[in-house]
Amino acid sequence: MKFLRDLMDKQRPLFEKGGKLESLYYAFEAGETFLFSPNHTTGIKGAQVKDAIDLKRMMITVVIAMIPCLLFGIYNTGHQSLLATGATAGLLDNFGDKAIIGLQLVLPIVIVAYAAGGLVEAVFAVIRKHPINEGFLVTGMLIPLVVPATTPLWQVALATIFAVVIAKEVFGGTGMNILNVAMTARAFLYFAYPAQISGDQVWTYLGEKTAIDGFSGATALAVAYNAGVDGVPVVDALAGHNTALGADLFSFSNLFMGWIPGSIGETSTLMALLGAAILIGTGVASWKIIVSGFAGAFLMGLLLNVLAVNEYMAMPPQYHWVMGGLAFGIVFMATDPVSAAQTETGKWIYGLLIGVLTVIIRVTNPAYPEGIMLAVLFMNVFAPLIDYYVVKANKTRRLQRATV
Amino acid sequence: MSKIVKLNKGFDIRLVGKASKEIANFASAQTFAIKPTDFIGLQRPKVLVNEGDTVKAGTPILVDKALDQVIYASPVSGEIVEIKRGDRRKLLEIKILADKTVIHENFGKIDLSQNRDSLAAKLASTGVWPNIIQRPFGIVANPADTPKAIFISAFDTHPLAPDYGFTLQGEEKYLQAGIDALAKLTPGKVHLNVDGSKPVDAIFSGVKNAQINQFSGPHPAGNVGIQIHHLDPINKGDLVWTVSPAGVVQIGKAVLEGVYDTSKIIAVTGSELTKAAYVKTFVGANVSTFVKGNLNSGHVRVISGNVLTGEKINLEGFLGFYHNQITVIPEGDYYEFLGWAKPTASKLSYHRALGLLSFLTPKKEFVLDSNCRGEERAFVQTGVFESVTPMDILPVYLLKAIMAEDFDEMEELGIYEIVEEDLALCEFVDVSKHPVQELVRKGIELIQYS
Repeated sequence: MKFLRDLMDKQRPLFEKGGKLESLYYAFEAGETFLFSPNHTTGIKGAQVKDAIDLKRMMITVVIAMIPCLLFGIYNTGHQSLLATGATAGLLDNFGDKAIIGLQLVLPIVIVAYAAGGLVEAVFAVIRKHPINEGFLVTGMLIPLVVPATTPLWQVALATIFAVVIAKEVFGGTGMNILNVAMTARAFLYFAYPAQISGDQVWTYLGEKTAIDGFSGATALAVAYNAGVDGVPVVDALAGHNTALGADLFSFSNLFMGWIPGSIGETSTLMALLGAAILIGTGVASWKIIVSGFAGAFLMGLLLNVLAVNEYMAMPPQYHWVMGGLAFGIVFMATDPVSAAQTETGKWIYGLLIGVLTVIIRVTNPAYPEGIMLAVLFMNVFAPLIDYYVVKANKTRRLQRATV
Repeated sequence: MSKIVKLNKGFDIRLVGKASKEIANFASAQTFAIKPTDFIGLQRPKVLVNEGDTVKAGTPILVDKALDQVIYASPVSGEIVEIKRGDRRKLLEIKILADKTVIHENFGKIDLSQNRDSLAAKLASTGVWPNIIQRPFGIVANPADTPKAIFISAFDTHPLAPDYGFTLQGEEKYLQAGIDALAKLTPGKVHLNVDGSKPVDAIFSGVKNAQINQFSGPHPAGNVGIQIHHLDPINKGDLVWTVSPAGVVQIGKAVLEGVYDTSKIIAVTGSELTKAAYVKTFVGANVSTFVKGNLNSGHVRVISGNVLTGEKINLEGFLGFYHNQITVIPEGDYYEFLGWAKPTASKLSYHRALGLLSFLTPKKEFVLDSNCRGEERAFVQTGVFESVTPMDILPVYLLKAIMAEDFDEMEELGIYEIVEEDLALCEFVDVSKHPVQELVRKGIELIQYS
């Protein structure tokens, strides 16, 4: 690696103060620190040694935790496509074809998201003279995982640019943002181009082929909502859905495994839990948010069971865990440390309310079959308020101590 | 009523190079120095001696014009060889070439039955007073103040810290006399806080005239600031004093012998030393005779104090006034290819994202160098500072209040309860590499001089 180091040292004067490419210093710095941990040493006073962790390491850990979801998403994209066109029946039949279809669809989305967002990051870093934020490593992977595989690439690029600029850079970059960047990207697509990210037609890629007779591309959430409207028990409606593609497409175990139509990375609860295990095991994400998020959804589901005004409300609450993107959203979106509550007590409240709100939106709002996106964004906005009261309690304890 | 407090939050940094429990026969230090920069809050130092003057141990060589009852005395007898100044004539070091045997200024034994104010004034004139630190702010105490209590932490949990049970052996008499003197200075209690994780050292178990409390847990359980928080927290308007055990012994010697005797046993530690052991010397010793010829590598950083709160000095540097330890670690000014990404078991991290399997080897000792391991970023990770700070304090919010210079917020969030060392672990574990201790001092100064 000596020659790389020499190359860097040789180019460095160009970018330093007074050099020809001085304005591009932070672009150079980003590349250099990616290849080599810098040679900075600790100051004269203060801690003389530092923990070996840095933000790059932390962020790459989150990316690693998303890989199960990504791989599963790629395969499931192919699987759903072949299933809908009648070309396959078993989960592992036509393995290669499914993987290739999935890669063809998903990889360009990932590349476009990273390229578009990375460009915005670099431009802002150079103009505003701050280091390039590692946070984008995570955002660039999250955005592809929360859109359907059929999303046009230009929309992916536009949403990414919009989210990085409006949700992050205008606040000053990673660490300063209020909203989760990836969720903002999805919300942008949802409200700007609803035809490509909602309804029954977008979740399964058909290409040039036609779907088999009796095929329905509806997601489990849509089926459940319609069951509520029609007064059919939700579990029966799920079981009877899309029998043309084989029995029990929406069985509980299939929903849990994720062999269902949906956004690329969100379908599999199992893979999201695998990611959760990595995030909690490495201590990168708060287990409190994850646990209380799932608990909130379950409790709200139970509460609705008691009311049970329609069949959707009467649905067994554990179905909320496995339908739609709840698991993915709680594990990867809600735990974003910057936009989440930052106090330990606040994290319990924040997670719980995300779970509760998701279920309320799902069950009661006809316009948005998926609740997690809006629940996370809504609670992002309220996280500082939660923290405000937790911090205030700390101050009050200190004040009371003084008067006693 | 003595208290037993068990703390769970914190982190022990285990390093290679613990001092073996023996007094090494390193050559004695030749020169000694008083560094005005060691005394935080020393505002307008005035030198009372000139180069070439001869002084005894206890001769005043410095006063703070803002607090001129307190004298800063020469730790040894000898000749003033250099008064070193830096930019804008800032006073850096007053160097003394020591005599072979130390001659003390004798100011007579101190009668503890005199009234509080005259006792304080007497102690302030002997050179031992700067050992008494005032909280809030962590500055040298004002003899005219009356603290609500005095706290002594009898153990040090910092990395490679000296064992006071070993360094203070044989000083029981002076320790007791020092505590007796301190008890006269406060209407409240003198708290002596001992390590509750092992049998109490003989030297501390017999102490009278003080409340003995037991603290156990990982670092920073030994920090006096943490202990105060759990015993008798500092609120706005409160004033308490803290003294280190070595300082108490110095006070005791002044009381019983009538001299300013700064001899002490310090730990010479660190991974880069051939022999890590204890050595007997005086306050402000030149460290070169302990370190040179005792190194097993060439490119080192010599630290007066420990790796969390110490100060970088060079091979010819001097031991800080409050330090009982020297640490020598490798200098870390190198690039590392993909250093942030490589899986490794040889780096120490509090975070499991790097030290995933570190729980398998909880006693493993590491060699840490002075590399920053990354660049400064905005706060991102949350909940980590809280997990290494065993106080009911929200460090990140407090630090943000300091950055914003929001005085009310700083007060309400507990700036009075901390000094740099209490949040030193936060600086170590910080993913975003903030200069936490520097920020803490900035906040304290904002409040102190407002």
